[in-house]
Amino acid sequence: MSHAALLKVEGLKVSYGHIDAVKGINFELHEGEITTLVGANGAGKSTTLLALSGLLKKNAGRVQFDGQDISAQPPHKIVAAGLVQVAEGRATLTTLTVHENLELGAYTRRDGKAERARDLERIYALFPRLKERQNGLAGNLSGGEQQMLAIGRALMAKPRVLLLDEPSMGLAPIIVQDIFRTLRAINREGLTIFLVEQNVRQALKVADRAYVIETGRIVLSGPGAELLGNPKVQDAYLGG
Amino acid sequence: MLDQQLVNALSLGCVYALFALGFTLIFGVLGVINLAHGAVFMTGAYAAMTVMARFELPLWAGLLFAFAFCGLLGLLIDFLVLRPLRARNAPHLIPMIATIGVAIVLNSAAQGLFGAENQRFPEGAISNDTLQWAGVRITVLELGIILFSFVLMAVLMLALKRTQLGRALRAMAESPKAAYLLGINVEGLFYLTSFAAAALGGVAGVLIGLYSNAMSPLMGQPMLHKGIAVVILGGMGDIRGAMFGGLFLGFAEVLSINYLGSTMRDAVTFGLLFLVLLVRPKGLFGTLQERKV
Repeated sequence: MSHAALLKVEGLKVSYGHIDAVKGINFELHEGEITTLVGANGAGKSTTLLALSGLLKKNAGRVQFDGQDISAQPPHKIVAAGLVQVAEGRATLTTLTVHENLELGAYTRRDGKAERARDLERIYALFPRLKERQNGLAGNLSGGEQQMLAIGRALMAKPRVLLLDEPSMGLAPIIVQDIFRTLRAINREGLTIFLVEQNVRQALKVADRAYVIETGRIVLSGPGAELLGNPKVQDAYLGG
Repeated sequence: MLDQQLVNALSLGCVYALFALGFTLIFGVLGVINLAHGAVFMTGAYAAMTVMARFELPLWAGLLFAFAFCGLLGLLIDFLVLRPLRARNAPHLIPMIATIGVAIVLNSAAQGLFGAENQRFPEGAISNDTLQWAGVRITVLELGIILFSFVLMAVLMLALKRTQLGRALRAMAESPKAAYLLGINVEGLFYLTSFAAAALGGVAGVLIGLYSNAMSPLMGQPMLHKGIAVVILGGMGDIRGAMFGGLFLGFAEVLSINYLGSTMRDAVTFGLLFLVLLVRPKGLFGTLQERKV
């Protein structure tokens, strides 16, 4: 953890009308690491992610990505810069086929067809179920398959940082295990991951760096394993 | 005799389809029922007529001018009227009602500039030659309308199905939020769609102004009503549906005039429309679903 931050957020504030959802938070993502932001429902996790991607207006604060200030960039420029988000829940396009979803993931890429085809094969190797169902509509996939598709589609953008909003939501425990195993595998290949989770135990287990958010403020931070052993975290999030 | 009626029905159906294609494109991508499409269509006819009469230009130049002029008009409507409503997340009815206002402005402007009486394209704007084949006659204009509408449908369908731009438009139709997260310049493509739909509406106005050999400031209104029927019948937002719905309406009108007399035309046509919707409420090709926020 000695190298400089790849993404640095300072003093981020976001509000919905008069309600302050995120009240000035700071955090850092480092290259090649898994960073997690955990907290209860409504703590401001998704709000933080949507603001990072430019979908929500930031009231204050700065987002620095690889030395560039991207705070004021529109969403499509942020994706093109390499900050790609897998949104919460069923983030796939249900009226498009599995294959079309993946092709669309590469929307911001300007490299050749051959390279895209190679990446597509990599995704299919990572998620063989998607290959079997490539010509079916994404809307007919199971919840777990849709989450895999959403992750695969984000990988097609060749991200430098993958942002994930509750990939475990609504999925059976065995599928959640599967998804986390996959995330760790992609991370070992060098991809920086920012994981927002309510499933605190799972998230802290895989995280190199972790932040706990409560009602819009970061209240704890440290290595994932350390927070996992923290009595306050155990008390509040891990059922004692 | 029937052969001739079928050809007439085909060309009339393509006229309706041409109008409906732009209308359904806007609905499919922006989710807006654009009640100004009839007025934009009228504007196209007048724009072409004006430049052709004043500068003695040929028809192709008039068509090109109508395309560009109406395209820019569509862009302006989007920028001034639809974009502010999008930014506020206005519910569906609001942009629809706003487009009624746009239609009133355009219709009144045309009445003020050109008067309320019927006008025509300059003499000789298009050749009156007819082609004859096995006793069936078809004018050059009719043939042009039929070819243009089928080619346009094919191009739009292929583009939506096979290109990355088409996939992006379909993504926006399903969920603008998902489209943003894919790195799609959603606002930019909204503008592009508004431009393209209005430009096509303008071209349709010129062709139909020639076809009926008359134009008036309110020529878009009956067309709008039929256009709405066509896209509802075909399935809102569906390109094939607009084409098929247009043909359905053309054939229903021509055949009911032929067999039941012209007084029964609209009763038969809209009666059939009602029956189809009883069986398939989403229209013939409809897959309409709630847009995710």
